[in-house]
Amino acid sequence: MAQPAIAPNASGPLLEVVGVSKHFSGVIALNDVSLDVRPGEILGLMGENGAGKSTLLKILSGAQPPTSGRISFAGADYRPATPNDAKRMGIVTIYQELSLIPTLTVAENIFIGRAPTGPLGLVNWRRMNEATRDIIARVGLAIDPRTPVSALSVAEQQMVEIARALSLESRLIIMDEPTSALTESEVTRLLSIMDRLRSEGVAIMFVTHRLEEASQICDRMTVLRDGRLAGTLVRENGRPIPLPHIIERMVGRAASDLYARPSERHAAGPTRMRVRGLRTVRNPDAPHAVVLNGVDLDLNAGEIVGIAGLVGSGRTELARAIFGADRIAAGSIELDGKPISPRSPADAIALGIGLVPEDRKHQAIFAMLGIQHNFSTATLDTWSNALGFMTEARERAALLDFKGQLSIRMASPEQQIDGLSGGNQQKVILARWLARDPKVLIVDEPTRGVDVGAKSEVHQILVQLAARGIAVMVISSELPEILAVSDRIVTMRQGRITGEMPAPEATEENLMALMALDRRQGAH
Amino acid sequence: MTTSSSAPEPKSGPNLFRILKQFGPLIFLIVLIAVFAALKPSFIDPINVFNIMRQISITGLIALGMTFVILTAGIDLSVGSLLAFCGMVAAIVAKGGAANTMSLSAGPEAGLGWFAALLAALVVGSVAGGVQGVAITRLKVPPFVVTLGGLTIFRGLTLTLSNGGPISGFAPDFRWFGTGLVGPVPVPVIIFAIAAIICHIVLRYTRFGRSVYAVGGNAEAARLSGLRVDRILVSVYVIVGFFCGLAAFVLSARLNSAEAVAGMGYELTVISAVVIGGTSLFGGIGSVGGTVVGAALIGVLQNGLQFNNVSSYTQSIVIGLILIIAVAFDRWLKSRARS
Repeated sequence: MAQPAIAPNASGPLLEVVGVSKHFSGVIALNDVSLDVRPGEILGLMGENGAGKSTLLKILSGAQPPTSGRISFAGADYRPATPNDAKRMGIVTIYQELSLIPTLTVAENIFIGRAPTGPLGLVNWRRMNEATRDIIARVGLAIDPRTPVSALSVAEQQMVEIARALSLESRLIIMDEPTSALTESEVTRLLSIMDRLRSEGVAIMFVTHRLEEASQICDRMTVLRDGRLAGTLVRENGRPIPLPHIIERMVGRAASDLYARPSERHAAGPTRMRVRGLRTVRNPDAPHAVVLNGVDLDLNAGEIVGIAGLVGSGRTELARAIFGADRIAAGSIELDGKPISPRSPADAIALGIGLVPEDRKHQAIFAMLGIQHNFSTATLDTWSNALGFMTEARERAALLDFKGQLSIRMASPEQQIDGLSGGNQQKVILARWLARDPKVLIVDEPTRGVDVGAKSEVHQILVQLAARGIAVMVISSELPEILAVSDRIVTMRQGRITGEMPAPEATEENLMALMALDRRQGAH
Repeated sequence: MTTSSSAPEPKSGPNLFRILKQFGPLIFLIVLIAVFAALKPSFIDPINVFNIMRQISITGLIALGMTFVILTAGIDLSVGSLLAFCGMVAAIVAKGGAANTMSLSAGPEAGLGWFAALLAALVVGSVAGGVQGVAITRLKVPPFVVTLGGLTIFRGLTLTLSNGGPISGFAPDFRWFGTGLVGPVPVPVIIFAIAAIICHIVLRYTRFGRSVYAVGGNAEAARLSGLRVDRILVSVYVIVGFFCGLAAFVLSARLNSAEAVAGMGYELTVISAVVIGGTSLFGGIGSVGGTVVGAALIGVLQNGLQFNNVSSYTQSIVIGLILIIAVAFDRWLKSRARS
């Protein structure tokens, strides 16, 4: 295969990013970021959610152009127009969602679009399978090249993707959260293969949340925070980069900058929900979802409990299990002292539990319906008579009442909900649950896709809900949000509770330590 | 209202595109009638108008049920076969026997009469629809596949039941439901009108109607809002089955015969009527009013082309084109309304 001529340059950087910025309709996602990757090096790219890692990845993989700045790769200007362009130039990005075609074999996937052919233009299967055997041996895989990819484990699929990247003679492999779906022994194996590739002169950019893994393997680490460069850390004398240094760079800002604590709180009331030893089993429909591994949790009336955990910690699974959306394998849930076992969301709702899901677009709103119809989906029984006819005047009056209480900005109850801003959509969903007057309300990512100005309004609403005596559980990827809104904070990791503390004692540093570190004590 | 946050909400006032989007099919129907009337004024004679209405009432009844199904983003391909099956069951109940040879010789009074026949058709239709609904929700087989299976199964059952031939010759009180008049209005038209009004009320003003739109609009969000999604899905297939039974009864009454080959290809006419009427195949958008207009559009087109001596071959071409154009137009309006 023809590769662009590359001047061998062992010491200089392979990839150089200088002053790159990216603006999305007024929002600055990346601000003047610079970094470089050298041949035979593993560079960690670290940062919290929203720090700008994904944006940078999209630029490097050719999915989006930068707004400004300069990138050079192997000494030449690097301006890929498409992801395929980037691949041709020698940069391959491996995402969490793997891009293999599950119904095709390993060999077909590796040689997709470039299968070796014979004189008649027909595929030379034997040559293709033999070549595949050699290619996958480089990543330590010894499986039949004719195995369909769907029969492989996630870890094996990942290896196939890495092998494909190598066979394309990629000089830089970018891995986006490659370990999030792997077991511990699979992670060890992946890290050893990364190590081997490094010694062969391949450059790797390792994007991850998992601090220990990163500190163990990375030669250097570039940390992003709020779209800016927060620093680059270097491994010294072969010792791993110290975790506290990384955490400090990742969270580095004062939590109070963005989120003011909404208002004074009332004392927590009696325990509403008591969860003990909650376990779930692996769901064949969602094989990558985390399994709950014995969760104990109390939710009290009038209190907001913040659940802090990284993606894959089991925080959303906990919410879904309590809400009856996922099957519970073991453990107990008590509501107001009585044992409950909701088997469906409808059961949970009837018992007085509500859930504002994390993915508003796919799990909460009915985009083509009007605001009123969106508002009342959880309370159709309240707004209809014994014959099943809707009593629309009451329904409408209730909505308009909430419109005032929650300052929902809308033109009319008939307006289609997808014409509203994210913040106002979220307020409509909160109103949906308020109308049910739940005992326990779980709010997953309360301000995802909500503009900054409206975030504090949503926080204020959550505090009001608690003040009414509702036990509120808030799940959020944004630590400042957890800190601003919670009375008590619980941290999760790998399906377990790893810590619990009153909000005033929590800092981003000690929470991050509990969320991200393996069996370690937080820096109390 | 104190507003701390940024952009003003887009206004939702009426604009030309919104009006076109809502009334597009109706405007097209009126234009079409005007064109045919201009070509041949006798097209709008009351006799012909009622003729068209009678023609559309059979497929129209099924289209009402299909509207519920398509609103949930489902589809039912079995309606034509189920209609034939229900018709055959109704005929057997009405005549008190299935044997092909005795069908003409047996006196019309031998069986259980029209009411039992109607009841049997409705029950058989509803149960058959319900079974398909359960297969879709419990076995998680897509509606397209389940009802494609139903299409051949019900046709096979009909042929088995009737031994391939028709059952003909019903009592006059039975036949009245197909051929009778109330004043100048044919009875099938009255049945269709009443059914349409009831369906409109159910979809627009009841809890169940709201649930149907919600499930079709976003099944996951509906489930997380506490709706019993599976029950609602089964109900819509019961409803379309019920209407197959009703349509079968009216059709048998009109033809004075239950045919094993009745309703062949009806599924396509019915789905076309619903889709031309603006109901989205992706669910959540649509109305009974739209379906009535869609059914009327197809009826007017068929009748008008026939009136002007256009061959039935050409008619198929025109109706197919209209179907595609209607959906393309809808898409175009949607993209315009958004920008």
